[in-house]
Amino acid sequence: MSRPTRYVEHVMGLPISLALRGRHTDDAAARAAWVEVMGVLREVDRVFSTYRADSAISRLGRGEVGLEGCPPEVAEVLALGATAERESGGAFSVRLPAAGGGTVLDPSGVVKGWAVDRAAAPIRDLADTDFCLSAGGDLTCRTLDAAGAPWRIGVEDPADPGRVLAVVPVFTGAVATSGTTHRGQHLVDARTARPPSGVASVTVVAGSLTWADIDATAAYAHGPEAAHWLETRPGRSGLVVWDDGTTTVVAPVLQTADRHP
Amino acid sequence: MTAVRRIVLWLMSTLTVLVLVFGYHTSTSSTSATASASGGSTVLAPVTGGTGTTSSGTGGTSSTATTVTGDAASTRWGPVQVELTIANGTITDVSVVEYPNNNGQDRQINARALPVLVQETLDAQSAHIDMVSGATVTSDGYVGSLQSALDRAGL
Repeated sequence: MSRPTRYVEHVMGLPISLALRGRHTDDAAARAAWVEVMGVLREVDRVFSTYRADSAISRLGRGEVGLEGCPPEVAEVLALGATAERESGGAFSVRLPAAGGGTVLDPSGVVKGWAVDRAAAPIRDLADTDFCLSAGGDLTCRTLDAAGAPWRIGVEDPADPGRVLAVVPVFTGAVATSGTTHRGQHLVDARTARPPSGVASVTVVAGSLTWADIDATAAYAHGPEAAHWLETRPGRSGLVVWDDGTTTVVAPVLQTADRHP
Repeated sequence: MTAVRRIVLWLMSTLTVLVLVFGYHTSTSSTSATASASGGSTVLAPVTGGTGTTSSGTGGTSSTATTVTGDAASTRWGPVQVELTIANGTITDVSVVEYPNNNGQDRQINARALPVLVQETLDAQSAHIDMVSGATVTSDGYVGSLQSALDRAGL
């Protein structure tokens, strides 16, 4: 199979990478879909950026506007955040402990995966075309031919980001990784307001990037319990890299214990 | 066709396979994920005979594929049922036909998307990867990242 056609742009402070293979890779339809993808992501950034004082989420956080005064996507994202908080036993929250006490509204842990799932819609509409769309290391992909080749997703080694620790072959689905390699220590366990210990990165494979991203962050927040928590999430597989370099695979492994003949 | 049918029946009569559906095990970073499961919560779904169908009837022996569906196994998450595809006496694919989290998309993903630890950490090129998943790469950190090398290679 020929190499996929690639597109790269930046939005939300993140590199967005798209790989296409199949019928529409470099024609007008493909380029129009890519423009639409970036348009959706820029709009999400305008609404949800905690770095923009005038974003709906910033105004909501300061109490200048109620939920009813925000675009409907805000309620959707906060509902996802509430579900994630419940299902993670509170380790994940969109209300993070603030420096001077209290909490600050920061749904970033929900927004990225959810936004990329939404933004991929115009690419899903490209007939007979496979895609893999990544936002800063979290990605969603599709393969139409079940007998074809899967997308091969490399899991970065948190101790050496120039190298690959594992490979996940994904036909259709999403992969997200949480860790602190590139941005320093910015993830906390919402129950303790402290950075989790013992874990270097968590990679989660799931059906939607929304949930792969949330579960990667939530598992990471569980620190030493990251693998045990992920194991309780049916429909997910994943890889936990501990800070001593050892790894745990959490997966519906699907290997044959005995092979015929 | 007679030859094909005879081969299929022979396969089914001798087929006894256990499929590790849920596994949880710890390994060091250089150990392959195919090491035997040692964790406390593995689920083995038995496939013993089950229901077989041929998906190729063109005769000959080279392109015959058989699918065999096992019995549903009870797990802590609910019933799990697996299906094997066998070609020329070798299991070529395993998929989960009944999955506790009854979601067709997840079922497909998890039948195929096991993270496979590489024996030694590899650079992107020798691992033959399409994309990189890692802790959030910012635009500032993108230059020089593995992903940017992949993107450049494809442009």
